[in-house]
Amino acid sequence: MKEPQIIVCAKQIPDPEAPFSNVTVNVEKKQVLVDAPDVISPYDENALEAAIRIKEELGGKITVLSMGRKVSDTVLRKTIAAGADALILLEDPLFEGLESNSVAYVLSCAIKKIVAYDLVLTGRQAGDWDSGQVGLILAEMLDIPCISMARSIKIHDGAVVVEKTVPVGYEVVEAGLPALVTVSNEVGELRYVARSKMLGLLRRPMPIPKWGLKDLGDNAERLKKVQLMELAPPADMGRACTIIEGSTDEQAARLAAVLKELR
Amino acid sequence: MSEILLLVESKDGVLDKKTLELIRGASGLGKELGIGASAVVVGNQTAQLAEEVASFGLAKVYKLEHPLLEGFKPDAWVGALEWLCKQIAPRIVLMSHSFVGKEVAPRLACRLNTELTTDCLALKIDPNDGALVRTKPIYGGNAIAALRCEGLPQMVTVRKNAFEPAEQVTAKSDIFDMAPAIDESILRVKSIKTVPEQVVELDKANVVISGGRGIVDKDDFQMLTDLAAAISKALGNVVMIGCSRPVVDKCWMTSDRQVGLTGTIIAPDAYVAVGISGAIQHLVGMIRSKKIVAINTDPSCNMFKVADYGVVADYKDLIPALLKKLEG
Ligand SMILES: Cc1cc2nc3c(=O)[nH]c(=O)nc-3n(C[C@H](O)[C@H](O)[C@H](O)COP(=O)(O)OP(=O)(O)OC[C@H]3O[C@@H](n4cnc5c(N)ncnc54)[C@H](O)[C@@H]3O)c2cc1C
Ligand SMILES: Nc1ncnc2c1ncn2[C@@H]1O[C@H](COP(=O)(O)O)[C@@H](O)[C@H]1O
Repeated sequence: MKEPQIIVCAKQIPDPEAPFSNVTVNVEKKQVLVDAPDVISPYDENALEAAIRIKEELGGKITVLSMGRKVSDTVLRKTIAAGADALILLEDPLFEGLESNSVAYVLSCAIKKIVAYDLVLTGRQAGDWDSGQVGLILAEMLDIPCISMARSIKIHDGAVVVEKTVPVGYEVVEAGLPALVTVSNEVGELRYVARSKMLGLLRRPMPIPKWGLKDLGDNAERLKKVQLMELAPPADMGRACTIIEGSTDEQAARLAAVLKELR
Repeated sequence: MSEILLLVESKDGVLDKKTLELIRGASGLGKELGIGASAVVVGNQTAQLAEEVASFGLAKVYKLEHPLLEGFKPDAWVGALEWLCKQIAPRIVLMSHSFVGKEVAPRLACRLNTELTTDCLALKIDPNDGALVRTKPIYGGNAIAALRCEGLPQMVTVRKNAFEPAEQVTAKSDIFDMAPAIDESILRVKSIKTVPEQVVELDKANVVISGGRGIVDKDDFQMLTDLAAAISKALGNVVMIGCSRPVVDKCWMTSDRQVGLTGTIIAPDAYVAVGISGAIQHLVGMIRSKKIVAINTDPSCNMFKVADYGVVADYKDLIPALLKKLEG
């Protein structure tokens, strides 16, 4: 078969694994401030890994799409270092704080502009808002088959074959191309990218197209923003912790007593 | 006709507890808005399930029946529900934030040209205009947002335990047969086979012992299994093994054992966290446990902040010693 053209949608978010002491909720401004560097949302890295494995087997081209008000190519160059071929940034002040449907709309406009594609991969959910919607909506908008929660993806005879996690185990499903698949962590972590390779890439000039709303149909009325009414810190989860001190033997004895009391 | 519609889910013919919670939630919202709450049962043969659902005080129960709806094929379910929503034009649509809800709700929302909020913890009606206000954790649970969206129906998926389960009443709801206009052509994804795996249901355990990235050797999970056996023997209860996500990523455990935001959310009598740092996405899965015990080499780890008992120790030393004490 011809070499597959794969699009991976990758969102930039503040590191979701930052310790919660680095997260502040500003109730008045209705803002969450995360004192951590931006990263590629973890499941999107899994999606990229799945794409790279397909490319290793069949060849083809991987294009990474990332949308936001301001998208840093420093963060996203990691995708090139790992094995993606092209990066397209969808950047516009109007792309801030959009509802899922509008995010999917912008991505769909960009994908239609790319024209030739066989497979679109997204993460199962973005690590900031954990919505888990954009991939599925995007498939609807592109009017292509949609498979969610992939733990393995193969392209075979013009079709995509996916092992999808289901409550009783996994299901093997198949769809004709082009198709969209949302990817879960069971696919495996993104391969290691040496820092030197990353830095080398940063120095090398590389054309990175930036498309704004004007390039994508200029349809500002179509974009809806999230209507946040209130933002609150979570209820206090802290408990008064009794630290069990002593030698290992003493610790074990006291812990055994605690566990036996559960009855 | 304006009503609240909720999607019924079942497993092996047994009504899902999350559905009972949705019924309670929908009934409450219905009262506030002065409209009825209805349920839809989707499948090929749904009579029995529909009868059962009809005993929970809902205004109506829709039987959405078609041979293509046998089993869960997302394409067919989305198509059939789209058809139903276009027939009855519900004002609010509620689904559980379950395997089915997560897959069906976004696609349905797109087809109905409305906006969905997923994984809500609470719902209320805005007294000013009757809009559905959606409370949802964001940033893994580090912040709680209250949002509203335009568009009809107002659509959400709801996290388990958001409402108390509904109770049966004597009056029966009316049951309506609905035959959706769908055919084979809507199936775009073909199911080749389903491969069952042994699946544990962590929410059935009295005690869950979980291992995290701190467990350095796969074989060391045997220690946790031994500990589970010892506790089970001492207390006569159900003890299961869970884990944090890195353990699943390493393929040492299957994802049904993962506790947390994207795993299982549980509230056992006791949770023992071994070598787990306490990332927010993990905590949201176990914070409602009645007693939390943490074993960790790092005295400053987050898990100690939410635990009732903490032991600063290397599990490799502590667990063998603990086993002796439990057996002695
Ligand atoms: C969108 C999203 C969803 C997620 N969903 C989940 C989820 O559902 N569940 C989940 O668990 N995670 C989830 N995560 C990942 C989460 O953010 C953390 O990365 C993960 O929980 C960390 O697992 P851990 O605590 O086992 O590992 P670490 O954070 O690496 O902690 C290991 C701990 O082990 C301790 N340790 C090391 N050696 C020993 C020893 N010998 N004895 C005792 N202790 C030792 C260390 O002190 C450390 O505290 C999610 C992340 C994202 C972004
Ligand atoms: N701004 C964005 N840019 C690129 N991809 C995105 C963006 N937002 C969401 N996605 C993709 O959609 C998936 C699901 O996102 P969400 O529905 O927001 O949880 C993510 O894992 C990404 O693959």
